[in-house]
Amino acid sequence: MVVLTAPSDALTSIPALLARNVARIGALPAYREKEFGIWQSWTWAQTDEQVRALALGFLSLGVERGDHIAIIGRNRPAHYWAMVAAQMCGAVPVPLYQDAVADEMAYVLDHCGARFIVCGDQEQVDKVLEIEDRVQHIQHVMYNDRRGMRKYDHSRMNALADVQAEGRAGHFRYEGELTKRIAELHYDSTCVMLYTSGTTGKPKGVVLSNRNIIETAKNTSGFDHLRHGDEVLAYLPMAWVGDFIFSVGQAYWTGFTVNCPESPATMMTDLREIGPTYFFAPPRVFEGQLTNVMIRMEDAGRLKKKMFDHFMALARRVGPAILDGKSVSALDRLRYGLGNILVYGPLKNTLGFSRIRVGYTAGEAIGPEIFDFYRSLGINLKQLYGQTEASVFITQQPDGQVRSDTVGVPSPGVEVKIAENGEVFYRSPGTFVEYFKNPESTASTKDAEGWVATGDAGFFEEGTGHLRIIDRAKDVGKMADGHLFAPKYVENKLKFYPNILEAVVFGNARTMCTAFINIDLQAVGNWAERNNIAYASYQELAGHPRVYDMIQSHVEEVNRSVAADPMLAGCQVHRFLILHKELDADDGEMTRTRKVRRNVIESKFAELIDALYDGRGSIYTETEVTYEDGRKGAIKATLTIRDAAVQGTQTRMAAE
Amino acid sequence: MSAQPAVNTEGYTTADGRKIGGVLMEMKNITLRFGGVVAIKDISFDIREGEIRAIIGPNGAGKSSMLNVISGFYVPTEGEVWFKGYRRGPMKPYQVAQLGIARTFQNIALFDGMTVLDNIMTGRLTLMKTGLLAQAMWWGAAQKEESAHREKVEKIIDFLEIQAIRKTPVGRLPYGLKKRVELARALAAEPKILLLDEPMAGMNVEEKEDMCRFILDVNDEFGTTICLIEHDMGVVMDLSDRVVVMDYGKKIGDGTPDEVRANPEVIAAYLGVAHD
Repeated sequence: MVVLTAPSDALTSIPALLARNVARIGALPAYREKEFGIWQSWTWAQTDEQVRALALGFLSLGVERGDHIAIIGRNRPAHYWAMVAAQMCGAVPVPLYQDAVADEMAYVLDHCGARFIVCGDQEQVDKVLEIEDRVQHIQHVMYNDRRGMRKYDHSRMNALADVQAEGRAGHFRYEGELTKRIAELHYDSTCVMLYTSGTTGKPKGVVLSNRNIIETAKNTSGFDHLRHGDEVLAYLPMAWVGDFIFSVGQAYWTGFTVNCPESPATMMTDLREIGPTYFFAPPRVFEGQLTNVMIRMEDAGRLKKKMFDHFMALARRVGPAILDGKSVSALDRLRYGLGNILVYGPLKNTLGFSRIRVGYTAGEAIGPEIFDFYRSLGINLKQLYGQTEASVFITQQPDGQVRSDTVGVPSPGVEVKIAENGEVFYRSPGTFVEYFKNPESTASTKDAEGWVATGDAGFFEEGTGHLRIIDRAKDVGKMADGHLFAPKYVENKLKFYPNILEAVVFGNARTMCTAFINIDLQAVGNWAERNNIAYASYQELAGHPRVYDMIQSHVEEVNRSVAADPMLAGCQVHRFLILHKELDADDGEMTRTRKVRRNVIESKFAELIDALYDGRGSIYTETEVTYEDGRKGAIKATLTIRDAAVQGTQTRMAAE
Repeated sequence: MSAQPAVNTEGYTTADGRKIGGVLMEMKNITLRFGGVVAIKDISFDIREGEIRAIIGPNGAGKSSMLNVISGFYVPTEGEVWFKGYRRGPMKPYQVAQLGIARTFQNIALFDGMTVLDNIMTGRLTLMKTGLLAQAMWWGAAQKEESAHREKVEKIIDFLEIQAIRKTPVGRLPYGLKKRVELARALAAEPKILLLDEPMAGMNVEEKEDMCRFILDVNDEFGTTICLIEHDMGVVMDLSDRVVVMDYGKKIGDGTPDEVRANPEVIAAYLGVAHD
């Protein structure tokens, strides 16, 4: 095995890491992409040639130092190359969310002042052309996929392959300039700019330096013993900091292989074919996979179902202990081994998790049953806590100390402290440089000593030193009677039920808590099918009395579990309704990373909230929805409001 | 009916700037009778290289019969079909395929038990040169040939964005996707002219938009001449370069979508003015 560390003072930029990888492991695969049904691969040496050709092409188009080059597209090798090529030219890559509508894109493109834009395909080019007259400084658009592009005016437009050809042709003219620009890169020059999803207000451009990215990659690769034989599947949005750290930072630091799926729809098949050894997914993906497995097991034959249930019960009992290397009786080990042959092995293979050494989930709380399910199969799934401003990592769980209710210990090189009000602060080599063109926000987030406020409330657990996060610091409030109000805590408990996709709890400064529920169409739909409940639409299913009964039982169970914790007993849900539409990022109700935008929902559904509090049994409402192509429509519905049983808060309050 | 629109053999340029070539196929005074029933009455029109030609008309106007005449499935009772400058006689289906004519059907004709990939591969049957035995034994030239065909098929799969269902049996697919697979199979034959029988029938708005996009892209990317029958006026008018309008087996209009839209006879046929 080649050892990849070197005098690190030389490795102060991504292009420098690329040069090192070419020298050390030039013949090993750097990228793979499935195209035309076959996995195509590029070695580090080939990657270097591709990236340099593109960088030379950029120079021929007139890319200057400090230019911003926006990249809009799904995870494809050429898009990653465009980012590194931009860095080589002394420019700053700015990856954008590809599912953003034109308006959102206009703001970001205008804010960063990008003169050059790399688009994945025709769809993205069309969006850019749509906003071109509003964003004056766009000079040149490049695209990766030629499909459907023939008829466009190419006076200010090129295919990426043509830009590379131009670069290769101009090799002698630009090589000197490119070498000079690469040499100018240093540890504190900007590596990438990423826009935060903006739970509140407009997105902010987070500037991350080479130091931020490379130090973080170095520390965390060491933490999990990542090495160049590892495989990752790059399928999460390129605009998200996590993808940049995994698919660029850690990939270039350790030299592992980045695999790009054929299309978003084939993700699961590609996952199975690649069998990554290092894998990240938000809880939603793990939940979705588990739901799928369970639904398919419901339809399986009697024998298979019995076998599955038997061995899963065993796995739940001893699986996590075996994974953590704790002592387990020889008989149980033997039985677990048998289960591995009959159930766990094939199941892991179907899920694409056969080879996972390190798996992470983050972003939202993950349900304990879901978390334990994967760990009991022997998949080393762990949690981490992070944010864009920290180059992802703040805390993460070391092997052998993994639990579903903590987010782990501070990552190497990261200091964490808890403020008076419970807010979590951190300081690390990965801490961002600034918010682009926004010194006020920078100052209010990062203090003079480099401490950054996360906006999350949490505490360190006695004994273990693990961090536990309760909620967003600003969302934690007080109820009218003085009880602590932590909506996310309750929402997460609700969302752990497969039938509940999303929940929004209200109650700040009010006398009681109430909730909006979104059902999970797949899970509830399947349940309806098995119970002979006919429905024609999402709306009809959501309003069905028996669905209400089921959700009510979930809510009441949650109330019982919330009541067990005296500090949070006030957060029990007294009344709830099931929403007639799914909360959607296109309607502004969620962020692109699918976090609920509380204030938007509070104003948009104000009349529904009023109805929850004035004791009505139902309410008529009309809601505006935005379709994927930007057109608007309205959904009309009469929603039922139900009361849920709550546990003795009265007595508790009287006792206080 | 007024004379043919003034197009010469050198072709013409469409509104969106595409160059349309000379005449690829010409129907001369076609009449088709089934016993005493006259399905098509003395119709003449041409299809030019690279254009999207539509045949529209109310129910029972004889559109599908016309498409069957073009595909060679029906032999016209009277009149002549000229293709690539030659007069065409009666033909067997494989001869039609070899000529470079491919089609899709109004009520999907795929092999339900086979995967999408296998279905599309069947489209390349006429292009395969190795014999049955060599293919069955998977030996020698047959191996190499199948790889080459598979590559072509994969390009089409990528083009029509059906990678995710590559290995799915067709019987399990929803209607809109089946239509797309059928289009893929027709394309796999690398046709000179592609006949589409109601490609959007029974689709929702989104599926229709997708299908329109694919038809335009096929025409643009592969330069395939397309002749389609469609019910949905809006779709036809957006999609096609020239339109033939049929009613009760007769041609009542022929020209660009704008010309056809302004034609009083067409308006009458569609709005249901009393016929004599």
